[in-house]
Amino acid sequence: MTTTATQTLTIDGRAVSIAQDRNLLEAIRRSGIDLPTFCYHSELSVYGACRLCVVEVEGRGVQASCSITPEPGMVVRTATPQLRKLRKTTLELLLANHDGHCTTCDKAARCRLEDLSRRLGVDRVRFQRTAAPKPADRSSPAVHREMGKCILCGDCVRVCSEVQGVGALDFAFRGSDTVVQPAFGRGLGDADCVHCGQCSRVCPTGALVPASDVEAAWEAFGDPQRTVVVQIAPAVRVALAETLDLPAGGDAFGILCAALRRLGADAVYDTGFTADLTIVEEANEFVKRVQGSGPLPMFTSCCPSWVAYAEKFQPDLLPNLSTCKSPQQMFGALARKLLPAHHGCDPKDLTVISVMPCTAKKFEATRPEFSTDGRRDVDLVLTTQEIGRLIAGSGLDLKTVTPEQPDLPFGMKTGAGILFGNSGGVTEAVLRYAAAVLGDGRLKHHEFTEVRGPEGTRIASVDVGGQTLHVAVVSGLANAKRLLAEVKAGRVKADLIEVMACPGGCVGGAGQPVDHVGTARACRAAGIFAADRAEVMRNSAENPAVGELYREHLEKPNSHQAHDLLHTHYHPRRRLGDLDLLLTTGEQRDRLLVQACLGTSCHLRGGQPMVHALVAAVEARGLHDRVDVRATFCLERCGEGPNVRVGERVVSSATVETVLAAIDEALVQA
Amino acid sequence: MSTACAPAPATPRAQFARVTEILDHHERDPARLVPILQEVQEAYRYLPQEVMAYVATALDLPPSKVFGVATFYAHFALAPKGKYVIKLCDGTACHVKESVPILDALRKRLGLSEAKKTTDDQLFTVETVSCLGACGLAPVVLINEDVHGQMTPQSAVRLVEGIVAQEAKP
Repeated sequence: MTTTATQTLTIDGRAVSIAQDRNLLEAIRRSGIDLPTFCYHSELSVYGACRLCVVEVEGRGVQASCSITPEPGMVVRTATPQLRKLRKTTLELLLANHDGHCTTCDKAARCRLEDLSRRLGVDRVRFQRTAAPKPADRSSPAVHREMGKCILCGDCVRVCSEVQGVGALDFAFRGSDTVVQPAFGRGLGDADCVHCGQCSRVCPTGALVPASDVEAAWEAFGDPQRTVVVQIAPAVRVALAETLDLPAGGDAFGILCAALRRLGADAVYDTGFTADLTIVEEANEFVKRVQGSGPLPMFTSCCPSWVAYAEKFQPDLLPNLSTCKSPQQMFGALARKLLPAHHGCDPKDLTVISVMPCTAKKFEATRPEFSTDGRRDVDLVLTTQEIGRLIAGSGLDLKTVTPEQPDLPFGMKTGAGILFGNSGGVTEAVLRYAAAVLGDGRLKHHEFTEVRGPEGTRIASVDVGGQTLHVAVVSGLANAKRLLAEVKAGRVKADLIEVMACPGGCVGGAGQPVDHVGTARACRAAGIFAADRAEVMRNSAENPAVGELYREHLEKPNSHQAHDLLHTHYHPRRRLGDLDLLLTTGEQRDRLLVQACLGTSCHLRGGQPMVHALVAAVEARGLHDRVDVRATFCLERCGEGPNVRVGERVVSSATVETVLAAIDEALVQA
Repeated sequence: MSTACAPAPATPRAQFARVTEILDHHERDPARLVPILQEVQEAYRYLPQEVMAYVATALDLPPSKVFGVATFYAHFALAPKGKYVIKLCDGTACHVKESVPILDALRKRLGLSEAKKTTDDQLFTVETVSCLGACGLAPVVLINEDVHGQMTPQSAVRLVEGIVAQEAKP
């Protein structure tokens, strides 16, 4: 056999060279044959469950191509009658237990199950339905679950654990009872989910979809009483085209402005404006921290999934998070304060809508701290997918629409603000701002390519105006978790760390149009860089509307007024609520409730031996008829553990003695 | 009556202490989740959610993973089981030797059904298993750790009556 012959394999009669393919499926796809799959994603581990990528390998019979390595001399067939029959039967079996409500499904026309059924010519289902209908889970503001549409490919389970390091979803039960769900069958809104929605991004069917606010948006646009203002996030502009089956990456911002006005928006603004504002506030906060006002490294706080992750899984790092609100919520706060006067409307008639690439922004807008006079600062958050549906529903032909400019003042942004759409963009915008402030005009519009790129983690030391800044950029929460371990162990030095939950940043957000092929994200990222390059102003320090805002309303960066409007606070949050473990039994009713935390942080701070000693002491003193001791999970004071709640009071850094004293005090008062 | 009953720690505090011991014994190794859950179930006679959440915290695993494992294996129970767990074999040999009338008789005596597996007084749980590997003794009933072979509906009910009488003694 010649050397050349050992380098090739045969696919459907054609010789194909062997490259760095991780498995036979990738080699087949590289050769130009789009073999169908549900459970294969190049970014996830190989699962081998859906059996659609089956091929015939000479001498080995039928094999799942995702699970075997391409070998020289292999003879592979991908489309024999037997394989077609196998794939069709597999699909029929999946469809037999699928709820089939395709016309009313949010994934309609973007559904892989629908697409493959058509491609493989499934024209009937010979099998009877065996599964009982399953109720939909609408407990989360970000993602809806409908297990009647689930095909058990496990993509969501793997993305949640492998890419995000969260593991909110897993398989439960088995055989025909198998279901994908959060722990203990809870709703997603009541689980350890951080709302990133990546599960819905990879879901091939309508089983997991971004929660929809389309109907509420129609109502708002159609109400003549209301003044509706819309903000558009940077990453939306480069993805909207995909909802119209146009190529990814083109800048549709002007068209979207025009379309929103046609839908009924009274003003269209740009979240890039508050992104510039975020840079000014955050960079000044960073300088203060360097001068000793707060802990370093400082983490960015624009990504609501990262904030939720930090609150639930890394509570010790909360003091390191920038106190800046995200651009969406800075916009919301400013809109409530300034826009009623600007538009001459009653504050109660102002409706603030965001268009975001993101599902977590829906959750963020519900956080109680982001409200003014009891009303949410941002009333509605629409994803790129939803705005596409609104436009389609209006019948508007975007080809006939002339691009328009956004409204002023909050429509004014710089290229730096647009960069927020990409992982590394916030960091690059900070570096440009630092260059401007430190008088390094040469770098004012510089493209800091060291913080750009497709890798999940980038670490760089950058010289700006005679200062060296150590920065780290990370996307994907599992990458963030690994980086944090390195930083905590002192193996990575970074002063500023940018974290985005979604791989690639907001361009890869779960609210972006469905992309089963997986090529759109890189095009969108390139579109963001192109949009930055197209701007005359590319440095947040140059934004005249931001300067005017400070002069007229906020005085200066990090001023008292700025803190009031533009900054927030974080607190540890329990991952799973209402799970108490009884530790004592007693006869009497209305016993004093004592809850000792055994959550991760308290556990690591010696909570467990303390709890044992506490229960022993309570029993030794004969108090078990008056005191009801329980183990609980997280009292949301992780930095001060171990924590024990005695009645209404929380004893932090608890010892047996301090808790017993608190119990005695509470019993005396009772 | 020699029917053994798995000793379960009596008080919540003792149960919790036992869970801690089990976790320490297995060095909090997530790879040992199944044996840990088996032993925890012995302490509680089932797997309460709070305890699964605690095990997940201690092993640094997502609770959804622990719940997934607990629901995958038929051995694990998510609701309390009775003090006496009666496993009636319904494998091929026992089925042919008429295990089903035994099941019907036991359920009738105890007021149980396919959906209701444990008596209200938490004394008995009746469930079927697919093979106990004692086909020569078919039909077979396992009560906790004790094997009873060549059962009839009458003899199975007599075993239950014996336990009821024994439990009724002060």
